[in-house]
This record gives sequence, C-alpha cells and structure tokens, in this order.
Amino acid sequence: MLILTCPYCGVSGEETEFHGGGEAHLKRFGPGASEADFESYLFHRENPKGVHFERWRHVNGCGKWFIAARDTATLQVFGTYPAQTTEPPQEIRDKITAARPGWRWRDFA
Amino acid sequence: MSTRLQTGGRLIDRNQRLSFTFNGTPMTGFAGDTLAAALLGNDQMLMGRSFKYHRPRGVVAAGPEEPNALVGLGQGPRFEPNQRATTTELFDGLSAISQNHWPSLNFDIGAVNNHLSKFFPAGFYYKTFMYPRAAWKHLFEPIVRHSAGLGKVTQPGDPDRYEHFYAFYDVVVIGGGVAGLQAALAAGHAGAKVLVMEQSAHWGGRAPVDGVEIDGKPAEDWVSATLQALEDMENVTLRSRLMGAGVYDHGYLLAYERVSDHRPGTAGPRHRLWRIRAGRIITATGAIERPLSFAGNDLPGVMLASAVRDYVVNWAISPGDRTVIVTNNDDAYRTALALQMAGLIVAAVIDARPTATGALPQAVRDAGIRVETGRGIAKVKGRARVEGVALCAQAGEGAVLEEIPCDVVAMSGGWSPVVHLWSHCGGKLTWDAAQAHFRPDPDRAPADQDGAPFVIAAGAANGHLQAADTLRDAAAAGQNAAVALGRDPADGTAARANAVAEEPLLPVWIMPQGAGPDLRSKMWLDYQNDVKVSDVQLAAREGYESVEHTKRYTTLGMATDQGKLSNINGLAVLSDALGSDIPQVGTTTFRPPYTPISMAAIAGEARGDTFLPLRRTPMQDWHDANGADFEPVGHWQRPYTFRRGGEDRAAAVKREITNTRTNVGLLDASTLGKLVVKGPDAGKFLDMMYTNMMSTLKPGRCRYGLMCDENGFLIDDGVVARLDDDTFLCHTTTGGADRIHAHMEDWLQCEWWDWQVYVANLTEQYAQIAVVGPKARALLENLGGMDVSAEALPFMGWADGTLAGHPVRIYRISFSGELSYEIAVPAGQGRALWDTLLAVGTQFGIMPYGTEALHVMRAEKGFIMIGDETDGTIIPQDLGLDWAISKKKDDYLGKRGQARSHMTDPDRWKLVGLETLDGGVLPDGAYAVAPGSNANGQRKTQGRVTSTYYSPTLGRGIAMGLVHKGPDRMGEELEFARTDGTMMRARIVDPVFYDKDGEKQNV
Ligand SMILES: [Zn+2]
Repeated sequence: MLILTCPYCGVSGEETEFHGGGEAHLKRFGPGASEADFESYLFHRENPKGVHFERWRHVNGCGKWFIAARDTATLQVFGTYPAQTTEPPQEIRDKITAARPGWRWRDFA
Repeated sequence: MSTRLQTGGRLIDRNQRLSFTFNGTPMTGFAGDTLAAALLGNDQMLMGRSFKYHRPRGVVAAGPEEPNALVGLGQGPRFEPNQRATTTELFDGLSAISQNHWPSLNFDIGAVNNHLSKFFPAGFYYKTFMYPRAAWKHLFEPIVRHSAGLGKVTQPGDPDRYEHFYAFYDVVVIGGGVAGLQAALAAGHAGAKVLVMEQSAHWGGRAPVDGVEIDGKPAEDWVSATLQALEDMENVTLRSRLMGAGVYDHGYLLAYERVSDHRPGTAGPRHRLWRIRAGRIITATGAIERPLSFAGNDLPGVMLASAVRDYVVNWAISPGDRTVIVTNNDDAYRTALALQMAGLIVAAVIDARPTATGALPQAVRDAGIRVETGRGIAKVKGRARVEGVALCAQAGEGAVLEEIPCDVVAMSGGWSPVVHLWSHCGGKLTWDAAQAHFRPDPDRAPADQDGAPFVIAAGAANGHLQAADTLRDAAAAGQNAAVALGRDPADGTAARANAVAEEPLLPVWIMPQGAGPDLRSKMWLDYQNDVKVSDVQLAAREGYESVEHTKRYTTLGMATDQGKLSNINGLAVLSDALGSDIPQVGTTTFRPPYTPISMAAIAGEARGDTFLPLRRTPMQDWHDANGADFEPVGHWQRPYTFRRGGEDRAAAVKREITNTRTNVGLLDASTLGKLVVKGPDAGKFLDMMYTNMMSTLKPGRCRYGLMCDENGFLIDDGVVARLDDDTFLCHTTTGGADRIHAHMEDWLQCEWWDWQVYVANLTEQYAQIAVVGPKARALLENLGGMDVSAEALPFMGWADGTLAGHPVRIYRISFSGELSYEIAVPAGQGRALWDTLLAVGTQFGIMPYGTEALHVMRAEKGFIMIGDETDGTIIPQDLGLDWAISKKKDDYLGKRGQARSHMTDPDRWKLVGLETLDGGVLPDGAYAVAPGSNANGQRKTQGRVTSTYYSPTLGRGIAMGLVHKGPDRMGEELEFARTDGTMMRARIVDPVFYDKDGEKQNV
C-alpha cells in the first residue's frame, strides 16, 4: 500500500485515502479529430516498467486531483504535483533524471 | 513410545496440570506445553494423515514450519480446522481432532490411495480429471469434495471478536530471538521508536536450547536481562504472540496477534490484526532446519533434529527411547548431546560427510556415542511408526550395510534462513554455496518511497547461523536502521557469544546420492501434499523447467505450510534433474502471510451492521415502522414496497400503482443526487457534460438531460433546473450522485481548470418527496402557502416557496406520467413534511409507494432507467433519445465517440416496446432468437429484454427491449427464449404504453 503526498493539502496518506485515475498528461481529442488521434486518446496507454505519471485524486481528503511521478517497479515516488498542467514541472523532471539517468517517456525528459 | 521425562522442561510448569482431549480421548499436559508437546507426552505420535494418500503422519517440527500435525480445534461455532499443534498453546479444556481421515485416525479408508500411489503421480489431477467431461461432475468432484479434509466453515458464525490496530514505528523488529533482541537494543539505544514482536509466547528463540553462552552467561540469562533493559526503555515496545505476517509497499507491515487463543473465553478480542507503518523493518526471523530425503522419511518418528532437541529441552519430552541422528552438518550433534544429557539413548549419529572432525562431533564421540561418517539411510524400517533404519554408503546406490533398531530418527539437512518477509515486497536472494541456502542479498532490498532499502535482515535470517556472528549482525542492523532514519549512532556494541565452532556442511539433496527409482519414490519432500522426489523428477522429464510450473504441477509447497520444509529440497532435486545450478532454477515466490492468519482477523470489526455503512434518508425511521420491504440501492436501503396486512410484494406494488394513478402517491426521493453547479462558466460546462444544450435553459425551468462518457456511452440521466444565471441544480440517479460529482470534478480540475465553475454535492442536505397523482395539486393546495396552479407552476417549471410552514423548492417534473410535484426541503424538516403530507393526504386517499411501483410506472410511460436500458455499451441514439442530443453544439463529452462507424451503424439494436401475445410477463434479460446459428453453434439472436413488468394499469405484461432495427419493425412478432428452452412470443410496439400524448402529467 503506497504512501502518497497530496500537493494541495500537504497530507501524506495511505493509498486508501486516494483513488487512482490512470495515465496522466493525455491530450483530449474531440469532434473533428482523426480516427487515429481519437483512438490513441481513448485507448492507447503507456505500461512502463519504470518511471510513470499517474493521476490520483485525494478522494478521502481535499478532493483534489494531482499527478504522481513514480517507478512502477521499485515503487519509488519522485514527486507529486497539481493536475493543472499539461507537462511535468521541471523540478520533477530533475528529480527523475537524478534517480534514473537517461530516462525518457513521451517527449518529457 | 514417546513419554514425559521426570525432570527438566524449561517452558513447562509441572505445578499446573491441564486437561484436554484428542479425538475424544482425555489427556493431560502442563502449562507451557504446546499441543504437540502434550500429545507426545501422552504417546500420541500419530497426529494426522496426509492430504492425498492419507498416510499416517507424526509431528516433524516444533514450530510454525510443521507440515503434519494439523488438527481441528474447538467445538461448535468455535471449531477451527488446520491449526498447527506445534504452535497451539495448551489450555485447560482444549479439544482437538485430527484431520484427513475417515472414519478414524487409526483406520482410514482413504489410505487405500496409498496403495494406489503409482496411479496418482505428479499432475494426476490434470491428467485424470480432464476426460470424459461428465465424469468430473458425477464421479471425480463428489469424491474429491468428500476427501477434501481441510476443514469446514462453522455455522452460524464466529462468536468471537476481532479487531484491527493501527500503529506507527521507526523500527519494527520481527523475531524475538537473540538477534531480534540485540537489534532492538541497538535501535532503541539510538533513540528510535521500536516495536519488537515474537510469534510465540517465549522470547529468546533457539539460543537457550542450543546451549549458547552470551557475555559469559547462559543465553537464557542474557535474554531475561535484555528483555528487562528493553522494557525499561520508553521508546521500545515488546509484544509476544505477535507474528509478522506480510511486508508490503513503503514500509507497510501486517502483523497477527493471537490475543486470547491460549485463554479462550476471556474478555477482549481473540485476534488482532496490526496494520503498521514502519520506517525500517528488521527481519530477525531465524532459520528453519531442512529435512533429508531418504526412503521412508515420512514415517511417524522421523523428526527434525532441532525439533527433537526442542521437545527434550523445552518440554521434557522423550520422543522415543532410541534415536538415530542423521545429518550432513555439525549442528545436529547438539541433539545427540541433549538426548544423552536427558538420559536417553542415541543409537548412532549417521553423518553423510566423509569425515566429521569438528568440536561437536568430537564431544559426541567423547560421550561414547557411535558416529558413522560417509553413511546415509537406505530406508527407514517400520509401518505406522519407526522401528529401525538401514544404513548404506551415502556415495552408493543404497546397498544395506547394517540395520539399527530405533524408534526415532532425528534428521538435519542444514538450515535455511527464513527469508519470507524479506521477499514479500521484492527483496531478492543470493545463493550461499558454502551453507547451501538462499539468503537475502543486501544489495537488492525492498525499496521505500524514497528509493531507500527499508527491510534489513539480521542474524540467522541473514545467513549468520553462528551465535557470535548473529549478534554482531543484529547489532549492526539495529543501529543502521536507526541511523538511516536520522538518529544518532549510539552504543552499537554487540553482546559476545561463545558457541562451539562448526565445520562446513555437505549439501545432501537425496540419500544415498545414487538412489534408484524404488527408493526415490519413497522419499517425501512435501509431507502434507504427498510430493516425493520421484514426482519432481517426473515433472522435469515431462518438460516442467520452471520452478513455478513444477510447483503447480506437483503441488509441491502448495499446502497450508506453503513448503517451509520442502521448497529448498524440492528445487534442489529439480535443478539436479534439469542439470542446472540451484540459483539458476531459483525459488518460487514468497507471498504473505508467513503462516495462515484467521479470516476473521482480516475482517476485523467489519461484520454485521458495520460491514457496510448504511445511508439513511430523513424518512428512514418512518419506513422502518411502516412495513417497508427494503432493497439495496448503492449504500441506501430504499423501500421496494410498503406491505399492508397479509399482502405479498406483488399485491402491494399493484395497490401502490393503482392508488397513485387514481388518487395520490408519496415517494421518498431523497436519495436522488443533487449537484449544484455554479459559476460564470456553469452553462458552458454543462453543455460539455450533457448531450443537451443546457446553457439556453431559462431560470425557473427544468430540462431532462443525458450524460455520456468519451466513448459516447450513457452514464447517467436526470433533470437539470436553472436556479439563476450562473447556478444550476443537476439531479442524478440515486447510485450516480458521488460518481457524477467525481466525474464533473475530474473534468473541471484536469481538463478545463481555467473555467470558473464550482460543484457542490447537496444530496444529503435536502430531503425530496414526490407527490404524485391526479389529486396531488389538491393536496398541496390544502397544505397552503404556495400557488401550485398550472399557471404559476407549469410542467417542467420549478418555484421556491413555503408549504405548510416549511421552506421548499418544488419541481414540476414527472417520472410516472402523472401530475407530479417533487418537493425539496431541508433534510432536517423532511420527516415533518412527510408526516404532514400523509396526515393531510388521508382525505385524498394518499399512500406511500416504493421503488418497484416507481419502476413499473416509468416503464408504462416508456422512460428509460440507467442500468436497465443501459449497460455501459448503449448510446442515447440506441434508445431513441436523439431529441435530447443537441445538433447545435460543437462539442460535448461523447460526441466524437458517437460519430464512430460502429455507433452510427444502422444494424445497432434499438429500443422498442414489447407486448406479449398471451399477456404474460417476459423473463428479464431474455433474448429474441433469430434463424440460424452462429460460428459457435449457438442460436442467433436479434434482441433482448431490458425491462419487464406486470402492469396493473394495463392488466398485462409490458416490456422494453433492444431489437435489431427495432423501430422499423413495429407490429412484427419475435420469439424470446426462456431458460427452460420454451419460447414466448411478443409483438414490437411503441415503448410508451400509457398516456402517449402526455396529457396527464401536463395539467
Ligand atoms: Zn489533499
């Protein structure tokens, strides 16, 4: 059972306080989008053994959505940040690069 | 025979004699006994039978690794199967029965399997039970079910109390042997908050039994002094009878406390499940001795050498008069010395090594005990009990050199560290060739959220089997754990142990090493599941190379002991058969719990009324007192119907519907979701949430709306009221309130975070009462306070006001087709308004109605129900709801999804009404059959029933369903298949069965 820290209220809580929401930083495609773009948006997900960005909601707490950058294999958490962003903040990227030199996921590095 | 010695026994109190029964026979033991010790004291070596062959089984071990001595404990609702006699503390009045036998332990019909064992080889379940298919149901399954002797669930339920306990520590030390105590001392001195747990009732582990001296004193004295020192430290907590059960992510630890198993009936919980967060976990869990694989090694009387020593020293038990010790290491010689010290005869020590020149073998020789080196056991003699052993050369094929009479064989194949807890959360192992065991690899420990190792193995659990090394390693572990958490290093000096130095062991996986098939098929690896050396070798020949596959094919290590004795020996045999090295074959996965824990402890307090929280509406007490027949809806219990007198459910529903359609009905609609959506961008936001245009809704008006997910599938529906320019009240389904609230928050927070909208879930702030029926207006007018006329409050309008003194908001919406007012009132006044409506309504013939009447009335009107007409794959267009989909909007959630070719396919099944030809009621979910068969030989289908009821209004069965091109096929007849194979005919009709023009609701 993971421990995560909500970046809004600052609470470090048990996993049961939170609710996972799948891969973060998806770009929405709506009406007018190509079949390929829409398919990718709806169904294609990363499944890395390593660094991953996940949406979490502090559902039994402040109710806010945030994003956790963590290693799916070692369970190391590199950091959490508010969901109101399309890309991981530089500070988080630096932390990941320090722990996992050379990692790459999508265009974030 | 096994007996109680006249003197000795460091754990028993001879002044406290306890009575107990085994299979109904009265026996006695002493306080401090385990059940296994007490049984041995009563010459009860035979304690059970094995699972597959029902072979007689005696106790092998003295601790949690015991595979054989499983008993059923207690009686009636307190009966519990599969309890290990070796870890069950004796108490006065204990009652135990043996398992896996029928009709009795001594005479067991199932033991016939034993004589047929060559027909039950590895994988026989898979080979035998496959064909013919009918044989499984009628022949194999009944036999297997009867044979499965691993216990029955008690009825009517567990009378004891269980609880969860949450705890937080810097350092948790698992294991209360000398390593655990030393580690706790070091961590405690450094100032860490420490918990030390010991699974048994006694501290100190093996050291006192093994004659270790620490700091110049007997180990027992050092243990007492150290316990006192730890108890004196405010930052250290000591708990016995608490077992580390499982290690999980980020320092999460489950521990299992057997609070009152040893004193049943006393106050407090029976078991307690500790849910612990630890900064660092030190596994000082010791090591387990391995059996040796020789023919007949499962006969009662063959025991682990360390267990024989435990029984003699701890409980003054003589397992037998003459013992032969067979070993590949020096440690087992301690058993020879312990037995001789107790005045028992050691017939010989059989050592597989070519020479044995260490201090312990020398001491044994000096004591006059015969030592044979380079020898092994060819075969154990005896049928139900050991009668002797046949000696052979370990290097040979088993030619018998000599027979030695004995009634106990004490075996030792070396020691394996208990690495289970280290491994649970990803800790890796390394093969230690010198000691022939896997031990924790310190470079690959489980990591916490910061990427730091959070499990530290210490002492024997870390591969340090000699007492002096154990203490040094444990002190370092304790100090390192505290320092890693930011504590200052304090006194980390280890206590000094002096134990006799030991010579290296010789890895011995089968005995003798050249044993042929006949001997190998009598060498047991897994005693409980009857897996032999020959079974593992067969699996290897049949192509099972992975240890995980071999485990499942042979069932090696799959019994309740999870292979604590058998795993290493089994994988060594497998790697030999495969011609691979042991580390290449590797171990199977260690999974929690370390030993079985009670299901009740896992449930804790979550049972009965506290299993699931119940949500109650303000009117719930009235429902309880007035014959409500409840059904669960989400976490609510809603009245399905209110039965009167001797009515059955159907009659009550019929009465409620008829009364509502002719007089006036009252529905508790408080569970309906109520979300307020507010802000300058609220209209724009709801245009995205709903398929309809909500931004054009006028204040004072209501609109029915549909919500879809991005796939285009319907997820919820409900009426939206515009309260003012930037405020909307969105009704959701009862089950949807929390889900839709979360859905809205998700989009607002993660996609359109710059939109100015706030959503609040007010579901429980308001009671909501639907007043429904032709006399609804007259009733409200009688209450007074508000103009509820058609002019002042028209259909699909809402108004605020006061009704019988209560502040209310009334929505003119209808889910029944009748004149209907849904009245929202602050929750605290809900019951009062409900009571007033009932009192004043008497003159109008008012009756409350439940969810079933609600459902039937909506079906009569052809209104859809989320979860009935929808199942997560239905788009609004399937349900003829195109009118509720805005054509003017550029975008809404689901719009792109609904444009996909599969969603616009004219062949999709669409909603229609169904009218049975005979007036009967269609079965729910029934399929309409079509001519021909599909690729699987199944009848083709062309539709299915989604809602089906008896309509009291129409006096016949009505249904809705999804039918291939249904709306184009009005009047056609379909055949629906019943589960009994017969067909029911129904005609495709308009889904609106009642008041097609909507005149009744709009008056
Ligand atoms: Zn929070």
